[in-house]
Amino acid sequence: MNSQEQTAPLLEVRNLSKHFGAVRALNDFSMVVRPGEVVALAGDNGAGKTTLIKAISGVFQPTGGEILLRGQLVSFSTPQEAREKGIETIYQDLALADNLSIGANIFLGREPMRKAFGFLPVLDRKAMAVAAKQTMGRLDFHVSRLDAPVSNFSGGQRQAVAIGRAVYWDAQILIMDEPTAALGVPEQRKVISLIHQLKAQGRGVIFISHNLQDIFAVSDRIVVLRRGVQAGERKISETNHDEVVKLMVGG
Amino acid sequence: MTSTSPTQGETHVAPQADHGDPARTWIARIADGRAWLFLAGLIICFEVWSRLAFGATFVLNPFNVQSIAIFAVAPLLLATGQTFVIISGGIDLSLGFIMGLAAVVAAHATNMAGAAIPLPLAMLAGILAAVIVAGVPGIINGLLISRLRIPPFIGTLGMFGVARGAAYLLAGGTTVPVQNSWFALLGNGKFHGVPYLVMITAVFVVVMHYILSQTRFGQHNYAIGANVQAARRAGIDIKDHILRLYVLSAMCAGLGGALYAARFTAGAAQAGEPLLLDSVAAVVIGGASLFGGSGTIFGTVAGALVIAVIQYGLVFVNVEPFWQFIAVGLVIIISVLIDQAQRRFSGARQDE
Repeated sequence: MNSQEQTAPLLEVRNLSKHFGAVRALNDFSMVVRPGEVVALAGDNGAGKTTLIKAISGVFQPTGGEILLRGQLVSFSTPQEAREKGIETIYQDLALADNLSIGANIFLGREPMRKAFGFLPVLDRKAMAVAAKQTMGRLDFHVSRLDAPVSNFSGGQRQAVAIGRAVYWDAQILIMDEPTAALGVPEQRKVISLIHQLKAQGRGVIFISHNLQDIFAVSDRIVVLRRGVQAGERKISETNHDEVVKLMVGG
Repeated sequence: MTSTSPTQGETHVAPQADHGDPARTWIARIADGRAWLFLAGLIICFEVWSRLAFGATFVLNPFNVQSIAIFAVAPLLLATGQTFVIISGGIDLSLGFIMGLAAVVAAHATNMAGAAIPLPLAMLAGILAAVIVAGVPGIINGLLISRLRIPPFIGTLGMFGVARGAAYLLAGGTTVPVQNSWFALLGNGKFHGVPYLVMITAVFVVVMHYILSQTRFGQHNYAIGANVQAARRAGIDIKDHILRLYVLSAMCAGLGGALYAARFTAGAAQAGEPLLLDSVAAVVIGGASLFGGSGTIFGTVAGALVIAVIQYGLVFVNVEPFWQFIAVGLVIIISVLIDQAQRRFSGARQDE
């Protein structure tokens, strides 16, 4: 893990602040994410985790501070701009259209078209299915019924589809907001193994969870937020549950 | 699409993630096509009834087939627009009176244009005017629902009243006769036994099927109906989509109004009044869910034909017309029950 510290950060947040009127939801917060690194964000409810990821993913405009992507200053006015730069957010409540196939979900909003009879533009469902099969294969997830709606799949499999969409569009930074919260135990383990794969592919992952078990199973570092400020940062190998809880509640 | 690559098992030990049971897909397919099965069943029933009671054929009589097809045209035009709206999770209650408004506009515009330009051009001008004017309440509906976040049910109910009043005002409280022989020919003429109205509607339905099933607009429509949040996060411009959606449905009603004026050579504000609920019924019988996210144009075609066959067939076999309402109502209920049963059976999640 030492080699990681020399690599240039994929994402760097410097002195980021977000104020809602007098409420300082996020104050002077800094962190870095390096390639192939999983950084866990921990903190009690209202500590500012969601505000932070919304500021990074372009949902909120930060009040102050800087976001650097591969050393370059960036600012996003919409989530689409963040996504085009390779920052993809995966929500706990599964941002999928249940009635569409895996391929259609991966390409939702960016569907490939082809010309039928040489002139009529139509959706290229075949290309979508092929891409879906390949992408899901990279996540070790095999389906034969590529035309089946995703409502036929379980929660963990649907989470895999959401991650697959990010992988297909070559997201370099994946922000995962409680990706295991709505899932059963075997499904949680599936998602954890997916995160290991993303890490192995050299992507950066910001992982938000209330579940310290999951955080310790998958993360390299943990950043703790408390009332909008950074309460501490630890390497997972050098800390334990008790210390993290103390940082969270301010002991 | 269902091809399984044989190399899959060799490289990986991970099991198949889906529980693909071919029998279940077949049941789902039968349930999807239930409107066509309904239609076939109804036609057989009426055929048997007609032969037993009068010794005459029902469906093999070309006059009956033509009449049913013409009968289905207006509700089907409303229902194609309604299909788009219902798939997106909305509903458009104003379509009936937008159709009436368009019928009145078509009559006035054709008459006015007929004084200045040749009759065939005047006819086209009238149809064009009807469709464009119908787009105006569509734009207002779309803006109310997308920008001001008024629920579709209420927004289009308001427009129902506005369009109704505007149509009656424009018509001066009466029907507006059309003086244009071309327009009358369009509404009542035939080509090799096929009424022009039916041909226009068939072409229109195919175009709408293409838009719904093969374009991004259609694909986004399904996604919005299933999960607006997901569609928004995927970068789809929801406001723009909703606006275009309600304009599209209003323009379907506009075409319906123009064809109504052609058929009766008169525009009447109440043209579409009884057709609104028929259009919703046709969409539901056709397999769409009122919760959004499912439905097809061809399903709606079958739904509209089911209603037309019931209405015409019951008159044909000389049953009191009030039974039509009961029969259509029963078909709607049975159709929704089949949909529910199929969801339970296929193991898909039922509550959203």
